Amino acid sequence: MITPILRRTLVALATPLVALSLAAPARAEVAFREFTSPGGITAWMVEDYTVPIITLAFAFDGGATQDPADKLGRATLMTTLFDEGAGTLDSDAFQERQDLVGLEMGFSASLDSFSGFARMLADEREGATELLTLAVTEPRFDQPAIDRMRAQLVAGLVARSQDPGYAAGLMWSEALFGEHPYGRPAEGTEETLAATTADDLRALHQAIFARENLTIGIVGALDEATAGALIDRVFGGLPQEADLVETPEAEMSFGQQLAVDYPLPQTFINLAWPGIAEDDADFFPAYLLTEILAGGSLLSELNVEVREKRGLSYGVSGGLVNLDHADALTISTATRPDQAAETIEVIRATLARVAEEGPEPAQLERIKRYLIGAYPINQLRSSVSIAGAMVGQQLRDLPIDYVDERASRIEAVTSEDVQAVAQRIFAAEPSLMLLGPGASKNETGSDQ
Amino acid sequence: MTRSLPALFATVLLALPAAAQDQPAFEASHFTLDNGLELVVIPDRRAPIVTHMIWYRVGGADDPAGQSGVAHFLEHLMFKGTEKYPGGTLDRMVSELGGSTNAFTNADVTAYFQTIPPDALDEMMDIEADRMRNLVLPAEVIDAERDVVLDERRQRIDAQPQSILAEEINATLFQNHPYRIPVIGWAHEIADLSREDALDFYDRYYAPNNALVVVTGDVEPETVRDLAGETYGLVPRGPNLPERERASEPPHDTSRTVTYADDRVTLPSFSRNWVVPSYRTAPDGDAEALDLLSAVLSDGIRSRLYQKLVVETGMAANAGASYDGSAYDYGTFALYGTPRPGTTLEALEAAVFAEIDDIIANGIAEAELERVKRRYIRSTIFARDDQGNMAQTYGVWLTTGRTVDDVAAWPDRIGAVTADQVQAVAEEYLRPEIAVTGYLLPEAEETQK
Repeated sequence: MITPILRRTLVALATPLVALSLAAPARAEVAFREFTSPGGITAWMVEDYTVPIITLAFAFDGGATQDPADKLGRATLMTTLFDEGAGTLDSDAFQERQDLVGLEMGFSASLDSFSGFARMLADEREGATELLTLAVTEPRFDQPAIDRMRAQLVAGLVARSQDPGYAAGLMWSEALFGEHPYGRPAEGTEETLAATTADDLRALHQAIFARENLTIGIVGALDEATAGALIDRVFGGLPQEADLVETPEAEMSFGQQLAVDYPLPQTFINLAWPGIAEDDADFFPAYLLTEILAGGSLLSELNVEVREKRGLSYGVSGGLVNLDHADALTISTATRPDQAAETIEVIRATLARVAEEGPEPAQLERIKRYLIGAYPINQLRSSVSIAGAMVGQQLRDLPIDYVDERASRIEAVTSEDVQAVAQRIFAAEPSLMLLGPGASKNETGSDQ
Repeated sequence: MTRSLPALFATVLLALPAAAQDQPAFEASHFTLDNGLELVVIPDRRAPIVTHMIWYRVGGADDPAGQSGVAHFLEHLMFKGTEKYPGGTLDRMVSELGGSTNAFTNADVTAYFQTIPPDALDEMMDIEADRMRNLVLPAEVIDAERDVVLDERRQRIDAQPQSILAEEINATLFQNHPYRIPVIGWAHEIADLSREDALDFYDRYYAPNNALVVVTGDVEPETVRDLAGETYGLVPRGPNLPERERASEPPHDTSRTVTYADDRVTLPSFSRNWVVPSYRTAPDGDAEALDLLSAVLSDGIRSRLYQKLVVETGMAANAGASYDGSAYDYGTFALYGTPRPGTTLEALEAAVFAEIDDIIANGIAEAELERVKRRYIRSTIFARDDQGNMAQTYGVWLTTGRTVDDVAAWPDRIGAVTADQVQAVAEEYLRPEIAVTGYLLPEAEETQK
């Protein structure tokens, strides 16, 4: 058993021993622990009795990329069907029972994985676990339920069909990823949803709901033995082996200029450069670079230049996108239409300056402190976030003590590293998309 | 953040601690400093994180006439710094800790908050105490920040057909009370806001005796009391503010319709809205009954509107009800729906109201009400999982005229509501002849309505 501990960095070593022996409250800490159930299923857990609830997060490799081109939206449709009947219970009976035993449950599909989430009161564990087991292992995919859920998804697509932001998003993905599955609409279209049958859903469930393909995080008011019995019950009935369609590496296209002319009160600006993979030696420098340029706070270089100094926008955001088979660095903002060209110019000049001069040492240091401190604060604030973090780390093949490794790799990054990776990334011409009134490709500012 | 975002209030209403449980895991400590500052502390020792919020009992509904948006504009300007902590210091300090800081303004309150490691609580308190009275506003920051707010307005309201309509519904629903004015302000009035307008507002309302501090997380109440004494405690009490009385609503006796068509819209939708009592103003039990009425109609997949209109008849892409009882002066109740392609808006509207008529005519079964209550109580236990939720809940309740005891007693009060009461509030408050109905339509259909 591995027992790494995430704790506040300064444990009070100076505390007199006598104080420790009193009932002084211990420092709060959250320990991730790995264990294997009697049935041979491995999971990460945190045992915590503060609130009498149990939270379970889990994920299977294989998400929307598993959908055939003519059945796009299959994984998304499947996410809606786990509370629509399982085992001998039809939709109505299942939901009646779910309400009674107090099982909260939800599913979602990303491009690369299929995730589930369940929550229950500790004293309702028995009934809730039984029902969750049925949902996970024996979903029915009854035709009336499929028709109903499909109709809702289609209504959502119709509702968005005139939304220029949605159309632009589709165009943006297609332009960047081309024929690759990442370039397709994961939510499907009216036609591909109509073409998806109950058998297609059963095939997907069969292919990805497998034990070798499963990661689990469990948090709450239960001990390891109880947790082991719970996960054996819920997942023990699944087949051992998955049957995934292999997804190729994406060949992304950069240097494109797209414009969608639409009468909106603002012009939306999206930029994308080639990214840096998580296993690349430049990953941490690129991670720091992105945070310096467009991280969450108003102190990021782009927020200072675009928002604080010039009032051009309510905010600039950006991030490294790391998918299983593609990586990108994106920056986006919105501005008054007549200021779009100026805003792009300011963004380009800021990137060029950072690539030329590197970050200020104080700025780099602040970002390091932020990224190291933010990890526990963002990941440990609730059972839901802790369970999700444990699954996320496993999906990305990160070690259970990643928080420590991550901190030391962040510490090691120098200004020169960041400058070098900025030169590497921004040497490429980005893809750029404008969405707004009179948006045209000529507005994209001078070249770099 | 504006009043037209129902999500905040929905969360808040479901985010209450279940004192009805045998052993409340979180004991709230409540005390007041000599200068009038009220504090609430709720320890949660699971992770080394603290949430610190300061709530001022002033919001958009307190903007002087013709200066809509000044409360929210001041919220932005509060980050421009003081002599002791120049602009950017707070952001920089919080950022170096890996924490987060932000603020929001609604019609009744303005709140500033940080999520940080416990060791930094004293600094956060010192910064908040300092900027309560010592804000420095150089003339040159005003213009750029006003432009940021105007861009925020374009992004949050003007770019979203739904938000454009919601703003107009609000302006129609309230005929006299300032809740009719958007918290972010009307664009032409934001454009005229001056440094003096913001400072006048600040001088009038930002004082310890008009504020509440809520701290949740890895900290002891005694520690908070000590730290508060050394920081907030040094700020002198401000002049006593008069009782918070805004212009009140005349009787509503007409139904009104607000229609907005936009070619970004493909599926039409409607909402029907009423001004109803809030928790603070409701006759005994009415607010709880309105909460349960909304839950019977639309909490989850077993609710009446979902089962009837989405599952059984398949008329609706979505349909629901919501009650916001957390505002200071008035609550609002809304019914809404979007038909599935193939169903007309009129047909869905009629079907939604048939559900209300059914409750008014036939009431609801005790067993159904019990299930809804149980779901409600369960959700309050789940809500305790997040210290941010807890801080938000106590903050909202204590700044809208309610007490710590009210928070604790709330699950029992929900439990005491009878089926007859739920039926009675539906009949009393959801009268079609005084409703404001909003229609969001595709451009081409506008002429048909």
